Amino acid sequence: MTITERKTSLHRDIAPQPTVRKGRRDSQLRAAILFLIPASIGFVVFFAWPAVRGLYLSFTDYNLLRPPTFIGFDNYLAIWSDPVFWNSLKVTLQYVVMNVGVQTVAALGLAVLMQRFTRSMVVRGVIMLPYLIANVIVALVWFWLCDYNLGIINAALDFFGLDKVGFFGNQDIAMGTIAMVNVWRHLGYTSLLLFAGLQAIPKDVYEAAEVDGAGEWRVFRSVTLPLLRPVLAFVLVVTVVGSFQIFDTIAVTTGGGPIDATRAINYYIYQRAFERLDFGYASALAVILMIILAGVALLQNKLLRANESDLER
Amino acid sequence: MTIIAFKANRAANRASNEDDPALAKSKVAKFFGRLALVIVILITLFPIYWMFRTAFSNNRAMFSEPLSLLPVDFTWGPLKRVLGLATPAEALAEGGSGASINFAQYMLNSILACTLITVLQVTFSSMAAYAFALLNWKGRDKVFSIFLIALMVPGIFTLLPNFILVKDLGLLNSIIGIALPSMFMTPFAIFFLRQFFLGINRSILEAAVIDGAHQWRIFRTIVVPLAWPQIITLAILQFIQYWNDYLWPFLVGQSEQSKLLTVGLGIFKSQTPQGNPDWAGLMAGALVAAVPIFILMLVFGRKIVGSIQSSGVK
Repeated sequence: MTITERKTSLHRDIAPQPTVRKGRRDSQLRAAILFLIPASIGFVVFFAWPAVRGLYLSFTDYNLLRPPTFIGFDNYLAIWSDPVFWNSLKVTLQYVVMNVGVQTVAALGLAVLMQRFTRSMVVRGVIMLPYLIANVIVALVWFWLCDYNLGIINAALDFFGLDKVGFFGNQDIAMGTIAMVNVWRHLGYTSLLLFAGLQAIPKDVYEAAEVDGAGEWRVFRSVTLPLLRPVLAFVLVVTVVGSFQIFDTIAVTTGGGPIDATRAINYYIYQRAFERLDFGYASALAVILMIILAGVALLQNKLLRANESDLER
Repeated sequence: MTIIAFKANRAANRASNEDDPALAKSKVAKFFGRLALVIVILITLFPIYWMFRTAFSNNRAMFSEPLSLLPVDFTWGPLKRVLGLATPAEALAEGGSGASINFAQYMLNSILACTLITVLQVTFSSMAAYAFALLNWKGRDKVFSIFLIALMVPGIFTLLPNFILVKDLGLLNSIIGIALPSMFMTPFAIFFLRQFFLGINRSILEAAVIDGAHQWRIFRTIVVPLAWPQIITLAILQFIQYWNDYLWPFLVGQSEQSKLLTVGLGIFKSQTPQGNPDWAGLMAGALVAAVPIFILMLVFGRKIVGSIQSSGVK
């Protein structure tokens, strides 16, 4: 290859030569198809097709043994008058509010603490650790810590002469307990996301605040929080959507109980499908969950967009 | 946003502490700030420590000393018990159930399934990411956004039909059945790698094209080596995610040959007698399942923290 050839080909981008370009595009299309074959199989067979099939199943009566029979909107009508569904929606919302509420505030506090007082990578690694441990393990460890008879927490309460608490067994607080267990698991992760957002705030803003003699609280309220809002909005979308799908912790601790105080929507779907083999009904529930989540994401996206101007500094 | 993420990372990784104006200067503030951090770290670590403490305790003796901060009557018994190395008599003597449980087998299953998923998924996803980031073809961005929609679909929605599919294929109770839905790609992996591929200087690739290199060669010899640190980071993140996954492997892998660690733990807990649970054994099982993650964190901690940090600002 000569230098001149190289030059002309480099110039191709600046001065378009339609025929050559088209040829290159075609060859790249062929390459793209080849590169996309495996991922497309995965997408079509395990995302797109199941999504269509799930939607179809939601209009059927299907128990895995006999072929599905089309029943129109019957599942949806049945769900509308199903008190267990409404209860599961209620307890899911309770969980989301408790979990995301506490978690976001605590994570924000921790992120600011890290930003103001340490740059240690080890600290960041340690507070992240719970997030990397399986939900199931975290749930079991806390189930043990909170055990009524022998768990350290109740043993300590007993030691100080206080009443023992049935953290997972009392229907008024079981969901709260599960929410706090998952706050423990997600706190470090969430605060790292927020911490990254804090690090992106220009340093001179803090210098200016310092010169003006602003105190910690003032700096937080007037500098940190407003500039962090876009990242905060993103974190909220992720955590709310994730929270709505709580399953593992419930499955290995309360199993939806006591009574149905912790039967969150995802767990109810699981029970309908795999304990009662009512796949049509479960699919309809899943469709409803998806619509709710899409609504939540859209709503929060609006919030995100409304905050975008804060980024322009 | 990527520029901000980059800046954030650089700022976060900067070693010099004192010239960072975001750091507090006042001694009193420093004291209380650090104190608060220490408390958070203690709350974070205590449950993990308690898992260790319980896993090395004698389940029978533990009941008399629930507040002891050290293992009660230190023993390897619970670990032996869950790894299938203790005889039923030994297990019963220390308050185990005597039923056979074999976390060594589940560990092997987990390693097999997660390695299979991670290797294939990361390979196929990076190929797709290459097509989406560095090849020019009509409709590229449309197809990409269709792939991204899959990110929005809640897991349980595709899980039900996927279960029926895997069941119809006769792949229930097999490692391959567990791996199948996620081993071709996930939208997250494609999205993650595409971000890095977009940052690759195209003129290098153009030069290779002119030299007559095929796209596959460019991908193998230029793009993959350039993005190798990110590919490894993604592989670690995905491995951990599938290691920790519960619902899907619980539905698909119930046999001894396909039960993953998380599933084994859940079943172990549900089988443990109500009145006199084998807490030590349960925590030993949890420890077995968690230790590989601790090792990954020790080796790759900086990578993992860095990637999660930057995902927040993107």
